[in-house]
Amino acid sequence: MSVATAAPPAAPPAAARKATRWSERISARVGTAGLNVAVIALTLAWIVPTLALLINSFRSGGAFNTSGWWTALAPPFSFTLDSYRAVLGASDLAPSFFNSFMITIPATLIPTAIAAFAAYAFAWMKFWGRDWIFLALVGLLAVPLQLTFIPLLTLAVHFGLNSGNTLPGGLNAGFLAVWIAHTGYGLPFAIYLLANFFRVLPADLFESAEIDGAGPVTVFFRLVLPLSVPALASLVIFQFLWVWNDLLVALIYVGGTPEVAPLTVTLTNLVGSLGQHREYLTAAAFVSMAVPLLVFFTLQRYFVRGILAGSVKG
Amino acid sequence: MAGLRLIVRLQVDWQTLLTVNLPILLFVIIGVPLVLIGYILGTEFLVKRLPKRSQPSFRPWVWVGPAIVFVGLILVYPMIGTVVRSFFDRGGNGFVGFGNFVRMLTDPGILIVLRNNLLWLLLYPGLVLIFGLLLAVLSDRVKYEKPVKSLIFMPMAISFVAMAVIWQFVYYYRPPDVPQTGTLNAILVNLFHGQPITWIQDTRFNNFALILIGVWGGTGFAMVILSAALKGIPGELLEAARVDGATEVTIFRRIILPLMMPTIVVVGTTMVIFALKAFDVVYVMTAGNYNTDILARRMYSELYNAGNNANASALAVILLLAVVPVLIFNLRQFRAVEARR
Repeated sequence: MSVATAAPPAAPPAAARKATRWSERISARVGTAGLNVAVIALTLAWIVPTLALLINSFRSGGAFNTSGWWTALAPPFSFTLDSYRAVLGASDLAPSFFNSFMITIPATLIPTAIAAFAAYAFAWMKFWGRDWIFLALVGLLAVPLQLTFIPLLTLAVHFGLNSGNTLPGGLNAGFLAVWIAHTGYGLPFAIYLLANFFRVLPADLFESAEIDGAGPVTVFFRLVLPLSVPALASLVIFQFLWVWNDLLVALIYVGGTPEVAPLTVTLTNLVGSLGQHREYLTAAAFVSMAVPLLVFFTLQRYFVRGILAGSVKG
Repeated sequence: MAGLRLIVRLQVDWQTLLTVNLPILLFVIIGVPLVLIGYILGTEFLVKRLPKRSQPSFRPWVWVGPAIVFVGLILVYPMIGTVVRSFFDRGGNGFVGFGNFVRMLTDPGILIVLRNNLLWLLLYPGLVLIFGLLLAVLSDRVKYEKPVKSLIFMPMAISFVAMAVIWQFVYYYRPPDVPQTGTLNAILVNLFHGQPITWIQDTRFNNFALILIGVWGGTGFAMVILSAALKGIPGELLEAARVDGATEVTIFRRIILPLMMPTIVVVGTTMVIFALKAFDVVYVMTAGNYNTDILARRMYSELYNAGNNANASALAVILLLAVVPVLIFNLRQFRAVEARR
C-alpha cells in the first residue's frame, strides 16, 4: 500500500455544490432511499428467523403448532414462560448447561496458557526449526479434525479416557478426554494469534528489561502478558465460543453419555425427538444461546479484533 | 412413569454435579494455571543451572514444549495414523492398498455425497462473499452501521445446532389445507399463492435450504473482515474519483473491488475450508437423509453407526486431499506476508 498516485481532491466543494443540478439531487435522494431500504431489508431478513424463534419460545405450548409466530404480535397478547420452565425443570437441559461450563472453561484455560508460552518463544526466542514449526502450525489450521478421530479414540480407550469411566476423584473420564482434545485442536490458532501479537510488541522494551537483569520469566509475566491483554481477551472469547458451540468433538469423545453431554448434544437429541418435545425446543435453543450471546454482545469489540487478527494477516 | 424416572435420575445427576463435578471444576480452574506456572518456574530454575552458553539453545524448548507435545499427540500423530489406517482392512491388520478408497468411491451413495460437497464448496463461499461484500459496502454508507453489523454478525456467536433449530421454524411444512406456521411457506402461500414446499425433504430444494443456513451463519464473519478492509481504503482516493465524475458503480468496480481483492481471497479460502468441514447443519437437520449427505457426516456415520474404521479413515483422507490445495495456498500466502515483514 505504498502507492500514492491519486491526486488530492482539488475541486472546491462550493463550486461542486453549485454545479449540482436538480435532477442529480433527486437521483441522489432516490439513491439514499434505495440504500436505506436495501440495508434495512437485508437486516430484517437476517434477524427474522431468530426473532421468530424468540417469539415462539414465549408462546404457550401448542400455540405455535397451529398458528405462525407473527399472529402472536397482534392483540390479545398471551406470552408465557411455560416453555422455559418446562425445559429447565424436566429435561436433561439444566445438567447439560452445567456440563457446557464444565467442558468449556478448562478447554479454554488450558490451550490459552500453553499457547501463550509457545507464542512467546516463537516471537522472541531463536531456536532450531522455529520458522518451519510455525509454518507447520499454519498448515494445521486447515486440516479437518476428522483425520484425528480414529487414532485418538483408540488412544482414549487405551488410557481409560472413554466417557463412563470414573477417574480418581470422581471425575467422568469423558471430560478429561474432551479437555485434552480441545486443547490440541485449539492450539494452532491460539499460537498463531498470540505470536502475531507478541511479535509487534516494541523490542526496546525487552532489551531494557534484560539490561536491568530481568529473566525471561519476569519479562513474560511482567511485560508480555500485561501488554497483550487485548489479544488474550479475543483469544479467550474465540476459544470459549468455539468450544461452547462445538457439536462434533463432543459427539465423538463423549458420545451419547448424558452425564457428560454439553448443551449442543442435548439440544440435538431434542431436535431428534421433535415430535414429542417441540414445545421444549424453542426455549431449549435460547437457553443454549444465552451464554454465547451474552459474551458476544458484551465483548464484541475483542471478538471482532480476534477475527481480524486471525485472518487478515494470514 | 417415565416422568418419575426422569425426575429421579435428574436428582442423582444434580448431586453428582454439585458434590463431584463442581469442586473438580474449581480445582481445575485454580490448579491448571498453578501447574503451568510451576512448570515454567521449575524448568527455568533447571535451565539457569546449565552452563551460560547452552542456555539459549535449551530455553525455547521449555517454552514451546507443552504446545509441541499436545499438537503432536492430538493432531500430528493421529493424522499420520489415519492416513496409514486408510490402507488397511477393517480390523487394521491386512494391507489392502487402495481398496478402501476404491470401495468408498464406487459406493452407489457416494456420488450424491460428492455432488453435495461440490454444491457446498461452490455456493457457500460464493454466497457468503456476495452477501458479506454487499453488507459491508452498503452498511458503510448509512448512519446506523453499528447496530446493523451487530445483528448480521450475531449468528456467528451461536452454535450450528441452535441455527438449525431456528431454521426448522423457517422451513416448517404443514399440509396445504391448514394455515402455514413456517415463515417461508407462509410467505409462499399467503403472498404468492403458491403451494407449500417441504424444504427439508424435497430433493430439489433441500441442499440449497441447508446451505442457506450456513450462509446465514457465515456472512457476518465475512462482512466484518471485508468491512475492515473497506475502511482501510483511503477516503481521498474515492473522493478524487467522485470529483472526476466516476459513478458509484464504477468506483466499486475499478477502485474498491481491486483494492479489496487480497482480503476477499483470504476470506474465500477460509470459507472453502468451512464448506469442506461442514457437518453440524446436515447432521442436525437431516442426518444425511433425503440426498443431503456430505463427506464429514458420512465419515461420522461410518465411524459410529457402521463402526467401520477402514471406510471412515478413507473418507477422512479424501477430505484431507480436498483441503490440500487450500492448505498450500494458505502457506504460500503466509510466506509472502512473512517475506514482506
